[in-house]
Amino acid sequence: MRVVVCVKHVPDIQQPRSLRSDGLLVRGGDDDTLNELDEDAVEAGLRTAEAAGFPAEGHDVTVLTVGPSAAVESLRRGLAMGASTAVHVHDDAVAGSDAIATARVLAAAVAKLHAEQPVDVLVAGMAALDGLTSLVPAALAELLGWPQLTLADRIEVADGVVSVRRETSTDVEELTAPTPAVLSVTDQAFRARFPNFKGIMAARKKPVTTWTLADLDLAESAVGPAGSATRVVHAVERPERPDRVLVTGDAETVPALVDYLSQKGFA
Amino acid sequence: MSEQENRAAGRVAVLVDHLDGAVRPTALELLTLARGLGLEVHAVWVGYSAPSAELAAHGADAVHEVAVDGADAQLTASVVDALQTVLPAIGDVGLLLVPSTFEGREVAARLAVRTGAGVVTGASGVAFEDGRWTAHKSVLAGAWDTACAVTGPLAVVAVAPHAVQAVAQDGAAEPSVVRHTAEASAAARAVTVVSRTRRPTSERPPLAEAEVVVVGGRGVEGDFSGVEELADVLGGAVGATRVATDEGWIGHEAQVGQTGVTISPRLYVGLGVSGAVHHKGGMAASATVVAVNSDPDAPIFEFADYGIVGDLTEVLPALTAELRRRRG
Ligand SMILES: Cc1cc2nc3c(=O)[nH]c(=O)nc-3n(C[C@H](O)[C@H](O)[C@H](O)COP(=O)(O)OP(=O)(O)OC[C@H]3O[C@@H](n4cnc5c(N)ncnc54)[C@H](O)[C@@H]3O)c2cc1C
Repeated sequence: MRVVVCVKHVPDIQQPRSLRSDGLLVRGGDDDTLNELDEDAVEAGLRTAEAAGFPAEGHDVTVLTVGPSAAVESLRRGLAMGASTAVHVHDDAVAGSDAIATARVLAAAVAKLHAEQPVDVLVAGMAALDGLTSLVPAALAELLGWPQLTLADRIEVADGVVSVRRETSTDVEELTAPTPAVLSVTDQAFRARFPNFKGIMAARKKPVTTWTLADLDLAESAVGPAGSATRVVHAVERPERPDRVLVTGDAETVPALVDYLSQKGFA
Repeated sequence: MSEQENRAAGRVAVLVDHLDGAVRPTALELLTLARGLGLEVHAVWVGYSAPSAELAAHGADAVHEVAVDGADAQLTASVVDALQTVLPAIGDVGLLLVPSTFEGREVAARLAVRTGAGVVTGASGVAFEDGRWTAHKSVLAGAWDTACAVTGPLAVVAVAPHAVQAVAQDGAAEPSVVRHTAEASAAARAVTVVSRTRRPTSERPPLAEAEVVVVGGRGVEGDFSGVEELADVLGGAVGATRVATDEGWIGHEAQVGQTGVTISPRLYVGLGVSGAVHHKGGMAASATVVAVNSDPDAPIFEFADYGIVGDLTEVLPALTAELRRRRG
């Protein structure tokens, strides 16, 4: 069984975040971290591989990221959780790629891994906590020509068929598709394991392969601002609202709140 | 828009989200938004028997019904196959509006790969500016406002609920209804739907679409009955924080936040909710935020329009009673 998990190194959402004058997110702070929702993807990938016999010979869980040098930290975290190998696509030309252009780079890396040793499933998190677009998994499926089974909360792989359970806004579905397939997972079912000391030590010795665009046969024009069909043209921090009301008290505060609600047309 | 700009902007297509033959309210918002752009509006309905008069009343000049042959029509790839058949048939589509749901965004992603379109998600508005479709959206949990221009041949904009209010117009002309059939792609055929069960629906409006959402957090300490009562008085939906759903006080489908449902109601009421950034990310687009929390330092007071530092066990019943009393 070969599983590839896509992970992203993002600014910590608990810390103040800001945009540069060109509208791109300020990255590279000390607090940047593995996107929390991708920990669940790593967990799902590990459990899927473990059900097939990982970590025995012939099985592999690769964590894959596209990002600046610091993104290697997120790969180390995935390795510490138990992934066996890591791939870091690092090329300055990639900076400023939108979600679709980023997916193009990830897809090229997955295709290269697949050519080396066939991949059974590709797993991603449900969203990256910086952009929150959730575009990448579906874009990867389209780019690779693999079936998409997204927002899964249960995964089984047997005899070349992936089965998932998922909840849409209206239904609960069970879907199947032949491998290789692209999955994304919600944060509901795969509560991530915490790397232990042994895992952290072992992760230091595990290999991290670094690829550039040239290794992936991707032109610079396919990525970055040139390869993105969207461009931020305006970004301003929202000003503090001057008209906030804060009152202290219990039931006696309620009539004033109801007046406020009725002014707004709710009462 | 001038005649010249009109031609450059092209036509507008709207993917109409529907369930059991009924249009989702957010789709009517998308049509209203499209109508306001002053261009020809084409509604795309996957399946047959679209309620064309309703779609026309909200802005559709033409309705395109499309059956997908060879795969389950609800699958993302099938919807993309349908759009790929219909968009060239309409011709000159410069802008496609889809709902900014998980499903809508996934459709946008696949279509972008197939067509080179640019995608903007979670948009609060869209306009043709400086010769390009430009979408406006707030990012970083509502702290920043941005405008994102689409440089590709087609702009696919995923619009947040309640970006506009749906308004029906009297006397809309009967739209032309065109039927199409799309061949399912290999990507759609590869997926088998083993089972599909409708989730139980409540009497209340669906969370993502509700105009009023009343949210209970850890502060309700396990009892959602007061939250539900207030929601009913306000005609709204009930939401919850992740803490409340993790505790099992209410189903997971009620979770509002970055990993739960994204909401943008006209009124959000948070009861015993601290306003953690994960939660804020899913409700920052709410037009008016009211919070009741006993801790004056709770982060929610930093973005609430109206905050009460108080005990919700006192404030909540009084609020529900006062609203009822004033309505008589
Ligand atoms: C990856 C990840 C994703 C997450 N996604 C989400 C998400 O989508 N949605 C989400 O909500 N959370 C999410 N969380 C959790 C989030 O970080 C917070 O833990 C959560 O939102 C807090 O919920 P709360 O406000 O109910 O609880 P708390 O933070 O514990 O706050 C409870 C508040 O109630 C107040 N209170 C208590 N008693 C009373 C009383 N009697 N009267 C008035 N006030 C009272 C307290 O003062 C306190 O401020 C996520 C976390 C992670 C790690």
